[in-house]
Amino acid sequence: MATSDIQVAEHALQHHFADMEQQQETSTFGMWMFLVTEIMFFGGLFCAYLVYRASYYQAFVEGSQKMNIWLGATNTAVLICSSLSMALGVRAAQMGKPKLMAVLLLITIVLGCGFLGIKAVEYHEHWVNHEFPGPNFHFETGDPAHPATDPVHTEIYFSLYWAMTGLHALHMVIGVGLVTWIIIAGLGGAYSRAYFTPVENVGLYWHFVDLVWIYLFPLLYLISKKHGG
Amino acid sequence: MWKNLPLFPERASALAWQVDGLYFLLLGVSAFFTLLIFALILVFALKYRRSVHPHAVQIEGSLPLELAWTLIPLGICMIFFAWGSLIYFQEARPPKGAMEVYVVGKQWMWKFEHETGQREINQLHVPIGRDVRLVMSSQDVIHDFFVPAFRVKADVLPGRFTELWFRPTKTGTYHLFCSQYCGTDHSRMIGQVIVMEPVAFQAWLSAEGATGTLPENGQQLFQQLGCATCHRFDTQGRGPNLTGVFGKTVLLDDGRTVVADENYVRESILNPGAKIVSGFKPIMPSFQGQVSEESLMALVAYIKSLAQPQPNEPGGNHAPAPEKSNVQ
Amino acid sequence: MATAVQTVERENYLNSDYGIKSWLLTTDHKRIALLYLVSITAMFWIGGFFAMLIRLELLTPAGDLVSSDTYNKLFTMHGIIMVFFFLIPSVPATLGNFLIPLMVGAKDLAFPRVNLLSWYIYMVGAITALTAMVMGGVDTGWTFYTPFSTTYSNTHVMGAAIGIFITGFSSILTGLNFIVTIHRMRAPGMTWRRLPLFCWANYAAALIMVLGTPVVAITLLLVALERAFNIGIFNPQLGGDPLLFQHLFWFYSHPAVYIMILPGMGVINEIVTCFSRKRVFGYEFVALASIAIAVLGFLVWAHHMFVAGISVYAALVFSLLSYLVAIPSAVKVFNWTATLYKGSIRYETPMLYAFGFIGLFTVGGLTGVFLASLGVDVHVHDTYFVVAHFHYVMVGGMVMAYMAGLHFWWPKITGRMYPEAWAKLSALLVFVGFNTTFLPLFIVGYMGLPRRYHAYPPEFQVLNVLSTAGASILAVGYVLPMIYFLWSLRYGEPAPPNPWNAVGLEWMTPSPPPTHNFDETPIVTWEAYDYEHQPQEEVTVGH
Repeated sequence: MATSDIQVAEHALQHHFADMEQQQETSTFGMWMFLVTEIMFFGGLFCAYLVYRASYYQAFVEGSQKMNIWLGATNTAVLICSSLSMALGVRAAQMGKPKLMAVLLLITIVLGCGFLGIKAVEYHEHWVNHEFPGPNFHFETGDPAHPATDPVHTEIYFSLYWAMTGLHALHMVIGVGLVTWIIIAGLGGAYSRAYFTPVENVGLYWHFVDLVWIYLFPLLYLISKKHGG
Repeated sequence: MWKNLPLFPERASALAWQVDGLYFLLLGVSAFFTLLIFALILVFALKYRRSVHPHAVQIEGSLPLELAWTLIPLGICMIFFAWGSLIYFQEARPPKGAMEVYVVGKQWMWKFEHETGQREINQLHVPIGRDVRLVMSSQDVIHDFFVPAFRVKADVLPGRFTELWFRPTKTGTYHLFCSQYCGTDHSRMIGQVIVMEPVAFQAWLSAEGATGTLPENGQQLFQQLGCATCHRFDTQGRGPNLTGVFGKTVLLDDGRTVVADENYVRESILNPGAKIVSGFKPIMPSFQGQVSEESLMALVAYIKSLAQPQPNEPGGNHAPAPEKSNVQ
Repeated sequence: MATAVQTVERENYLNSDYGIKSWLLTTDHKRIALLYLVSITAMFWIGGFFAMLIRLELLTPAGDLVSSDTYNKLFTMHGIIMVFFFLIPSVPATLGNFLIPLMVGAKDLAFPRVNLLSWYIYMVGAITALTAMVMGGVDTGWTFYTPFSTTYSNTHVMGAAIGIFITGFSSILTGLNFIVTIHRMRAPGMTWRRLPLFCWANYAAALIMVLGTPVVAITLLLVALERAFNIGIFNPQLGGDPLLFQHLFWFYSHPAVYIMILPGMGVINEIVTCFSRKRVFGYEFVALASIAIAVLGFLVWAHHMFVAGISVYAALVFSLLSYLVAIPSAVKVFNWTATLYKGSIRYETPMLYAFGFIGLFTVGGLTGVFLASLGVDVHVHDTYFVVAHFHYVMVGGMVMAYMAGLHFWWPKITGRMYPEAWAKLSALLVFVGFNTTFLPLFIVGYMGLPRRYHAYPPEFQVLNVLSTAGASILAVGYVLPMIYFLWSLRYGEPAPPNPWNAVGLEWMTPSPPPTHNFDETPIVTWEAYDYEHQPQEEVTVGH
């Protein structure tokens, strides 16, 4: 490891840590703890979802059938690719290649924004179809042969859809911000082979947000393949 | 107790003795342990004060003691658990043949309707020695029906029926309190439960007057709202024949089974699409917004009265005891 | 009589830097602890002011002091402020922040900037909630039950809910900081088994903070969304379930009470050992009891819902678990009492508060066992019995522990001794005032008076008058320390590094400590509470 690598690490060492190893272990532990709190945060919504789906399955099936599976699947692929580019970016940081890291993280941001763009398209679609809960909510299955059996609880499905994907999208926006910060700091020489913990930790956060989507997609989009479940 | 400074509530129900018994057991055990701890602290603090006991003796611990003061309280707690659960089971299972009263709570008053049709506001007359079962719902927010003298309470929910039962054992007038905070006049949502001798109660019923029993009112609504169009009393109807349905297990189109209790009937009227009976199409319209809580109760009472088919008419004037009162 | 001492002061964390920027941009855990101390003291007095108005109203059966709507706002705001803005942060954010790095031998917490952020988040949340209160108040009760809070209340529910939501993140970040610090920043030789039990207790509380708070955050967010967009997740008219709100709310709010009490229990460990000159009886059991309380505390939430409409079988399970969670607390009480046995006991103010804690927490905890009993709970649920129970554990327990800790560590934090005679008097007033206020409420509760009642039937008046009389004594007991603590900052006797001759790393630095805590990282070779080898000189007492 070059002296310059170690100098970067020493520069980043905070005064209350004995050595860089302690600092790195501590900050990684901190990020994992934070992700645990995020699991509990989303957990409340998942719990509400499970309770209502168990009681009103048919209403959820009908709501889910208004989701655009292709857009949802595309988004899933987009996020998985962004996690790949993120992981490769962390690897680039580990190899001491800040420019490569910047490129890979930029790809991550682009893919992340792509996700948000597709989400915006979906949201617009649902909005004009009166699928936003509240006084203007009006649900129709779109199939005259199978009218909505329980629109009251389909509205609950949509409430949870908007809340869960909205919270997820908010986390994506924060993630894009964090990755941007890493790119800027990285290009400014803040990281080296000996010190790239912030890159790793932002990577952890990004993977977590991706993982939440991996759960959201089947739960919201793939409830039942058949019409009338 | 002294009239101006009562320190203990009256006992006016069969269960009150049990609740008080458990309470006094808890009180006794708690007082014992509290006094024990207070006494030990006092004794140790004095006996081992610095001026007379300048050198502390280091003691790491004692496994036997730790086990003792873990397991003994645990054992005592299990006794409390058993007794408390027994009382709770009794509270959750109203006896068959109980007299039923329907209760609507709303901000900030209680409305009662006896099965025989008498209505009351903020006062409930009941006969002594008879089991009384309340079927309750709220028109707005969560309330709670609480009679301290009977030692029972139950939340009164919007969107669902809940139940509560008691058997009064002492005549008199007792406080009724709403005990779930419900807004501005929560503390004024109070009333009285008046327990009377059976003869006096009958006299009160006659004097009070009623425009039809609850099942009769329900039957009228059943016609007016057009229910009878589909729910015929033969096999030709587009909806299930409701004779004898109440209290039985119903098979739904997705394979689930439910017991047709008060809440099932309620949901079927307000949101029929949530549960479709096997073999029928989901064509029943919702009556959400078209029926008040009182009307719902009348309809439920009517359908209950169809539990035992009569020789000539499908309906009946009284509500026989339901098979299984399972208001979940 | 001590006078203001003119000496050349040694450099410490208080005088190392001056000016408001040095405080508002500090990352020193000790300064952040003081920032919190000022904030939560302010919130305590606001919440206490509401309590005073409540007790004044309850002097008479009629609702004649304030209107019903105002009364409903008073108890709501009293509850919200005391629970979320006073009790939950109290010991962790002040004493925990100050002491944990010192106790483990570290220079600071793991994430000092996150610590400062945590205080700012607390302030934003507190100001948001206070703004809602000033702009007209909230009247849902601190429990926000739906559909009243989502659909029927005409008050500033969203402002209050958002304020609590924001402050929740302060709690989460503090808990995260504590967990990571205790895992990763212990000095060489400081094994888990040598950790002061104050650290074990705060660690257990931190686990709850981290796991539970996000759930109440999302729940209150849903309430706010429902008010804003009428989405109906908890509204039965729109297909929602009001009981779902209760489950989600209590999933946090029950463990929350253990967030409140565990750090207080941690304080008691330190004081009972010091003032008996003994190691704790059964160290491992007390440490594990803290963890057991944290774990079991997550499994009992529906004991708040026994009459809410849950199934009989669910009620049985939660009742059984609620008994189980009482046991580790009982074990602790027995262990503390046993620690006194053959000790060498002094009665300084911290120890008096500790005695008060053990006794009153016992009463409060035992009345919790009443509430775990299904048969009795049906009768006393939502009556003053419950109010008396939780004030016994929270005020008779937790606030006493907080006062004990403030007095015990005041010399370390400020470098000054408080006046002992006044402090003893205050402790006595608090004990007498507290019991006079809340013991009658058990009786009133069993008699059936529901809580949150603005007006009540006349037969309950005598006991209510007694309760209000007690409250005025209690108030004096709290005002006096405000005065003498402030007085001591200028006129208190300067404190030596270890005025109590206590064992613990925090006592091995000067009073007040230097910014970097230790000149050299300590190496720990002794067991926790090693009073056997601690010299026993005369304790320095302030006058």
